[in-house]
Amino acid sequence: MQPSARIASYTAEEMMTVEAARALRDGTVCFVGIGVPSVAANLARLVFAPSLVLIYESGAIGAKPHRPPLSIGDGELADTADAVVSVPEIFNYWLQAGRVDVGFLGAAQIDRFANLNTTVVGQYVKPEVRLPGAGGAPEIASGCKEVIVVVRQSQRTFVKELDFVTSVGFGRGPGDRERLGHTGAGPTMVITDLGVLRPDPETCELTMTSLHPGVDLEQAIAATGWRLSVAENVLRSLPPTEQELVALRAFRSPEDS
Amino acid sequence: MAELMSLSDAVSDLVHDGDSVAMEGFTHLIPFAAGQEVIRQGRRHLTLIRLTPDVIYDQVIGMGCADKMIFSWGGNPGVGSLHRFRDAVENDWPQPLKIEEHSHAGLTNRYVAGASGLPFAILRGYEGTGLLPMLSTVAPIICPFTGERLAAVAALRPDVAIIHAQQADHRGNVLLWGIQGVQKEVVLASTRSLVTVEEIVDELVPQSAGAMVLPSWTVTAVALAPGGAHPSYAAGYSSRDNNFYIAWDEISRDRDRFLRWMDEHVMSRRGQPATVMPGAS
Repeated sequence: MQPSARIASYTAEEMMTVEAARALRDGTVCFVGIGVPSVAANLARLVFAPSLVLIYESGAIGAKPHRPPLSIGDGELADTADAVVSVPEIFNYWLQAGRVDVGFLGAAQIDRFANLNTTVVGQYVKPEVRLPGAGGAPEIASGCKEVIVVVRQSQRTFVKELDFVTSVGFGRGPGDRERLGHTGAGPTMVITDLGVLRPDPETCELTMTSLHPGVDLEQAIAATGWRLSVAENVLRSLPPTEQELVALRAFRSPEDS
Repeated sequence: MAELMSLSDAVSDLVHDGDSVAMEGFTHLIPFAAGQEVIRQGRRHLTLIRLTPDVIYDQVIGMGCADKMIFSWGGNPGVGSLHRFRDAVENDWPQPLKIEEHSHAGLTNRYVAGASGLPFAILRGYEGTGLLPMLSTVAPIICPFTGERLAAVAALRPDVAIIHAQQADHRGNVLLWGIQGVQKEVVLASTRSLVTVEEIVDELVPQSAGAMVLPSWTVTAVALAPGGAHPSYAAGYSSRDNNFYIAWDEISRDRDRFLRWMDEHVMSRRGQPATVMPGAS
């Protein structure tokens, strides 16, 4: 597993979080889970996108937690929400009906078409590792207007072939999303600890479009289990600003700030 | 009309060996006291149903009560794995566990169809996933109006629904508020239902905009169980015990340690939900 890279004064996880936050525009409706996406969405809301609407799967719409929730059903999410609705409503009226602009997903495995595996490592019957499973992922992948995937980049995660397809990115390539009836645009960004990948507009294949500070292309290629497609001009991510880091760290540990 | 009774009588009357049991509560209002009473009474061969097994089913599975589980996400929220669930699936310990896994939306809509008295519900998200070909309770269907291909999910009607709520009145009407999950759907979809409550009051007064009332005539039994959601929580009465969920990772990792913990905190106690102080063994 990639160790957290301490480059100057921030961690790889902080770089990923800031990159994810920057992808969110004010007024966006986003569906968040736990971990980096939850911190990123709240960071965006606190720093530059005060009208960002956070929806948690438990039914909290417009949640404004002052610290990261441990679970998607923590009391503060309901207490600070504009509305709390039932789980059938969240999935049917909000996700499936396309009312969410951005959905975040993580994964244990990802392939070149940004399909994701959160079900098993190994075979389904008697797996090597039994992962938690699908949860909200298939609906998030299908119905959100776009998806941002946040995942560590390594040979263990970036695999040639998924052990199990839990949620669909671009399926087997161009036209597959439409054929399968998935109404959202699919993954528009994959943010890793090494950089950012985006789907090629024609082939739908994930392409390395930027690298984080201190990361070179060889590292990214070596961390990918297929022949990594690379943009003609690979950009360099802007490191986190002091303002972003202060806000991120204050949100993550309010008792320390 | 719902009958008010003790938790042990309610479990004894409503939950039988071989039953399909749905103990719901999406992070909030999880009926731990009832689940632990099921374990204490030695129920066997259950088919467990829950969107997320959570620690409650980790305990029920680890104690050998279940033959099968229907679920949609099997982790310890925010912490990591459910070790007893994984041990059953990876190593058949303490006994083999058959699993049927859906997405949250899929299983949720199975309950919706059950509560609606319809044979199926329809969804879009399963197309292209590995779940679709695996599940006998999901089938492709063509919309008769648009020709669009969708997934039909079969209605789910558990034998028993168990939920926890904040209040009931003396007639057995139930009031709950906060994160509602699929509480209403599971009660209305099930043949029998048990609601454990923090408090029995003279009059139900909705405490917040998200409040929901289940009329007494939709519920089979109501049992008083203050603190009955711990380590989950009941809005207005308690907070989620996040430290317990974190501590559970260590407690449940080792089989013997898990069994000792269950013996000390569940099997030897009557009617009280189990608690643990962080750092306690």
